[in-house]
Amino acid sequence: MSFAWLLRRLLLMVYTVVIVSVLVFAITQALPADAAQTLLGENASPEALAAVRARLGLDDPVWLQFVHWVARAASGNFGVSMRTGLPVAPEMLTALSRSLLLAAGSLLVTLAIAVPLGMFAALRQGRVADTVTSVIAYLGVSLPEFVTATVLALLLTDMLPWLPATGYVSPLENAGLALRHLTLPVLTISVILVAHVMRMMRSETLDVLQSDYVRAARLKGLPERTVLVRHVMRNALLPVITIVALDVGYLLGGIIVIEEIFAIPGIGRALMIAITTRDLPSIQAGAMIMAVTYAITNTLADVVYALLDRRIRYD
Amino acid sequence: MTELLVRMIRKPQGAIGIMLLAVLAAICILGPWVAPYGPEKMDFLGRFRAPGWQNWLGADQFGRDVLSRLLTGARATVPMALAATLAGSAMGAVLGVASAYLGGKADEFIMRTNDAVMAIPGLLMALLLVSTLGNGAGNAVVAIAIAFAPGMARVTRSVALGVRNQDFVKAAVARGEGAAQIVFREMLPNVMGPIVIEATIRVSFAVMLFATLSFLGLGAQPPASEWGLMVADARQYMHRAPWILIAPSAAIALSAIAFNLVGDALRDALNPRDDR
Repeated sequence: MSFAWLLRRLLLMVYTVVIVSVLVFAITQALPADAAQTLLGENASPEALAAVRARLGLDDPVWLQFVHWVARAASGNFGVSMRTGLPVAPEMLTALSRSLLLAAGSLLVTLAIAVPLGMFAALRQGRVADTVTSVIAYLGVSLPEFVTATVLALLLTDMLPWLPATGYVSPLENAGLALRHLTLPVLTISVILVAHVMRMMRSETLDVLQSDYVRAARLKGLPERTVLVRHVMRNALLPVITIVALDVGYLLGGIIVIEEIFAIPGIGRALMIAITTRDLPSIQAGAMIMAVTYAITNTLADVVYALLDRRIRYD
Repeated sequence: MTELLVRMIRKPQGAIGIMLLAVLAAICILGPWVAPYGPEKMDFLGRFRAPGWQNWLGADQFGRDVLSRLLTGARATVPMALAATLAGSAMGAVLGVASAYLGGKADEFIMRTNDAVMAIPGLLMALLLVSTLGNGAGNAVVAIAIAFAPGMARVTRSVALGVRNQDFVKAAVARGEGAAQIVFREMLPNVMGPIVIEATIRVSFAVMLFATLSFLGLGAQPPASEWGLMVADARQYMHRAPWILIAPSAAIALSAIAFNLVGDALRDALNPRDDR
């Protein structure tokens, strides 16, 4: 991994963020709701409306509004919520931290299940266990999150009645209770992601199993366990990292639904509330934060991948 | 065409997919006529009736027949997903081919921007667009189409790059044909194969995305019997009457699986060398 490559990758990330901000602003600016009207209610006098419009800069040309908006957003100021009157950015970042906790937990559980399962399926290629896992994986990718989540919520709350079905508790307040609240959503997301990761792990393992270095390791007389863990798993995991990074983007989308269903006050739910109440600054902040998070994780995944696999030369 | 079909149904996955798709098409066309009841016909004595001879898939909180709602609701779900995919694929394909045709700096610029747009998760993009356009099935279709276009552009462009360097395109350039002529008449027809495969698989995502938007209350509006909306309505009663929830969930899943299977079969059939 050369310095030039890293620089290019970072520039690409910055470009992504720029384009995303243009898009988010362009889309939200076209919102039919008049910000001044939303703020003052329906019975506002024309004079009051004009005053608020002037104060918010709604009469400026669009490009000037965009420049002002970007300048403020860059310093972390997305304005005040039209619904609560509080600054948007801190609220959204708190929400993001909850979502990230949920996402990180889900990814860990997913990897812990999917990696061994994918390898297992590959080792049993063509046998019943392989077919069964493949079918389950296929079902997993063919079900929208809201269906999986709703059905799982139905099943799991019946099976594990002592677990709270909805709500959120901060782990800083009460770690045990927080864990219990997170269990069902984390399990749900994991079931969805396991399908993706497992499919990938299976096909990668199949590739690696046929490689010369695995044959060499076996011929050397290494115990099968060592061959599998040291040689097969390590090499098969590499491409899986990319899939996991892509899944983070998917996760950020899917988390909107999961948070709705399990009533978790994360970034997805905050964005849904913002959209249904047409709270412009909150929509902008939520969308920007989600997209930027995705851009950062994608870049990180590329960098980690390049660090791990020195054979790859990007130019 | 027939040969392609034969090759697709040779594997059980392809045969199942085509069968499911045929059933789905039949339901979309005939649904309202074969439904035993009207989709909005209420029966207050039959509220939450369990599946049985009167209501094969049970009845919902208003005593409406779940099977009838499903059969009628197919039209509100599957064609919408198809329309969104078609429109999104068309937009993406034209963009991808045009980018490959232009080449050089323009291609670089278009594709980098395209990648940046793809940094917005599909559902988020669709949500943003619907919040601008307003709730409703039609707007949800437009939003999904726009959210799909960048992904399609990327796939098309990679295929079109190969076509760009072939002699017939070079000949067309040498003949002095216009850009639109070359993009639409020479290059597009030769990248259709991969586009069709990709689009078929994407229909299953569109089915899910459309149902998700309706589920979140931004797509189809009540009292429509769109499947995602049915799931959303049924959630409140899921412990009391799980069948109201499970029937539309299964319908969405089966449609998504059908398009997935057919897409995979199509890819295998058009690509006979890859046997894995």
